[in-house]
This record gives sequence, C-alpha cells and structure tokens, in this order.
Amino acid sequence: MAEAPSAPPDAAAWPDHIHAIFRRTGVAQVGYVPDTGHARLIALCQQDNAIIDVVLTSEAEGPGLVLGAALGGRRAALLMQSSGVGNCINTFSLLRNCGIACVILVTMRGEFDDFNPWQVPMGSITEQTLKLAGFLTYRVEREEEVAEIVAAGCNMAFGGNLQVAILLAQRMIDRSTGHH
Amino acid sequence: MLDRRELVARLLADRGDLLVVTGLGTATFDVAACGDHPLNFHLWSAMGSTAAVGLGLALARPDRRVAVITGDGDLLMGLGTLATIGVKQPANLSIVVLDNAHYAATGMQASHTAAGIDLAKTAEACRFAHVASLDDLAETAEMRKWLYGAVGPNFILARVASTKQPRVIPSRDGHAIKQRFLAASEAKQN
Repeated sequence: MAEAPSAPPDAAAWPDHIHAIFRRTGVAQVGYVPDTGHARLIALCQQDNAIIDVVLTSEAEGPGLVLGAALGGRRAALLMQSSGVGNCINTFSLLRNCGIACVILVTMRGEFDDFNPWQVPMGSITEQTLKLAGFLTYRVEREEEVAEIVAAGCNMAFGGNLQVAILLAQRMIDRSTGHH
Repeated sequence: MLDRRELVARLLADRGDLLVVTGLGTATFDVAACGDHPLNFHLWSAMGSTAAVGLGLALARPDRRVAVITGDGDLLMGLGTLATIGVKQPANLSIVVLDNAHYAATGMQASHTAAGIDLAKTAEACRFAHVASLDDLAETAEMRKWLYGAVGPNFILARVASTKQPRVIPSRDGHAIKQRFLAASEAKQN
C-alpha cells in the first residue's frame, strides 16, 4: 500500500461514479481498511455527511458492522483489497445467516503485473472464495463499465437482501492510481 | 466474583426500548434467561463480531441506546473493534463484558484474562468515555446509569464466576430474529 504514489490530478472518475451510486442507493455506512486503489472513494465518503465512514482495524469487522447497520434499518457497503476477503471468510456467515444485503467493492491484487508476488495466493482465489461464501460476483475490467456494474450490483443486493461483490481489476486500478 | 445471571437480570430490568446485542454462547443464554425479548439480537456465528454489530447498530440508530453483552472470549477474538469504536465515539453504545476468564462453551479452558490481560485497561486505551471493572452487585445501579443514559462509549468489565449455568436457548433462525428486531425497534428502512 505505502509504495503507491498519490492519485494524479487527472485521477479517474470511477470512484466518483461509485460514490454517486452510493448516494442514490442510500448507502449510509461505509466500512473500509485504508487502500491505495480505494483512496479517492474513501475520501469522498469521508467528506459526505450522508455517509458514516468507519475505518476498520481488519476487514473481518466489516460483516458485523453491515449487520448492525441493517438492524438499524440502514444500508452499508464495504471497501477492501482482495487480501481482505480472506480475513472475512468466517464473519461473512452473518450475512447469509440473517439475509443481510451487502455490497463489497474489492480492489484486486496479485492478478496483473503485481510487484509483490506474495499477493498472488489470496488474489488468485478471491473470486472463488467470495462465491463459496455466498456472494454474487461481478468483475470490472474497464473504467467505462464501473457505473453500470456497480449500480446493478447495488440493485441486486439491496433489492433482494443479497451479498454482492464487485471485483475491480488490478489493471484498471493501476492505470487510475498511476502505478504504470 | 459476580453471579452473571443476577447481574444481567439487574442490568436489563425495566429495560424500556434498549437495544441489546449478545455474543454467541453463554452471554446469549444469560440474556435469554431474563425472558425472550424482540429487542434482543443474538449472534450464533462469527465469534468476535458482536461489538462490531453493536457499533453498526449504534451508528444507524443514534436515537436509541445500544448495549452489547458478551464474553471475554468473544471480545478477545475481535479486540481491534475496541479501537474502531474508539475512533467513532458512539455516544449511545455500551459494552458489557461478562468476564469469567474461561471459554465456558468449549469446556472451561482458561482465556487470556485468566493470565491477567485486562480488558478494561484496553478499553481505556481505546478512548472509551466511561470504563469500570465491576466486582460488586451493589454497583449495578451506577452501571445502569451508564447503560441507559451516560454519553458513551461505555465499557463495563464484570468479573463473573465461572460456575456452570443452565443453558437458555433462544431462536437460531437469523432471518426471524432480524425481522422481529426490525419491527420491534421501528427501524426506518430505506
């Protein structure tokens, strides 16, 4: 995480699209662990009075937070890196056990020209792990697809109390954060 | 050492519209022993998550008081959540840890607190507004003030005896207890 430069002035607009969809969908809580790929979206949520941003010590706290928000009648989303998915496997059980709507945006690591090969073991099983945990998964390869797929994912999750994960390809993230 | 059933019964007497989240295992049984209540939500999986559920609920319902009642083992598994709560400073959230220094559900093995790990000091370090270690039932009245009114986050570490109690088992249907809780707490859903 620390190795990445901050977003250039011409940073991609996809985090703004996701934030706008959160607003439109009524997402009221966003839990996250700091992440380069999600940096702009996190900042947008922090600056938004309609969204309570919750910085977590571990992604494992996220499903509990989402369940609590749902018990209070509020919609919640989580932002994490692919490695964070592995931290949640057991706590994801809360979402299925109680039929809790949840949208997770996952920035992928270890899948395309990653300088750190230690990201590969988790990155290569992230989507399968999510499927095994009961999530519907969608992959976003290109910026132009972000708005459509995230909106559809939010509709599926909040319309049917489903668990939806949207995987943002490392290629796209790296382009927008200036890694390459 | 406190009698956990007696303590929980005193804390929850005349509870009004207090929202209660309980950790899996013995804490859930203690709260269920006070009688089934639609404003109880108990976890049957994801050990370590109870405080996080309480946080999400407290942030979603700033108009209501929220109490998490759980054991030392559950809190230890999600210790980072004390720091997360410390960051958000939810004024309406209280955490009650029934610390028997053992894992009662799995055969009474010693927990970290048996070796002197102090969860109250941890909560202090995590910027909880009120923190107490409770050894005497006579202090329950003061603790009730925290639970029902003090500006939190509040943390009560109750040192309870590890004597075995009969299990009182509430519903294990997560969908059903969610719907019941939402209806009884009049949650505005979007």
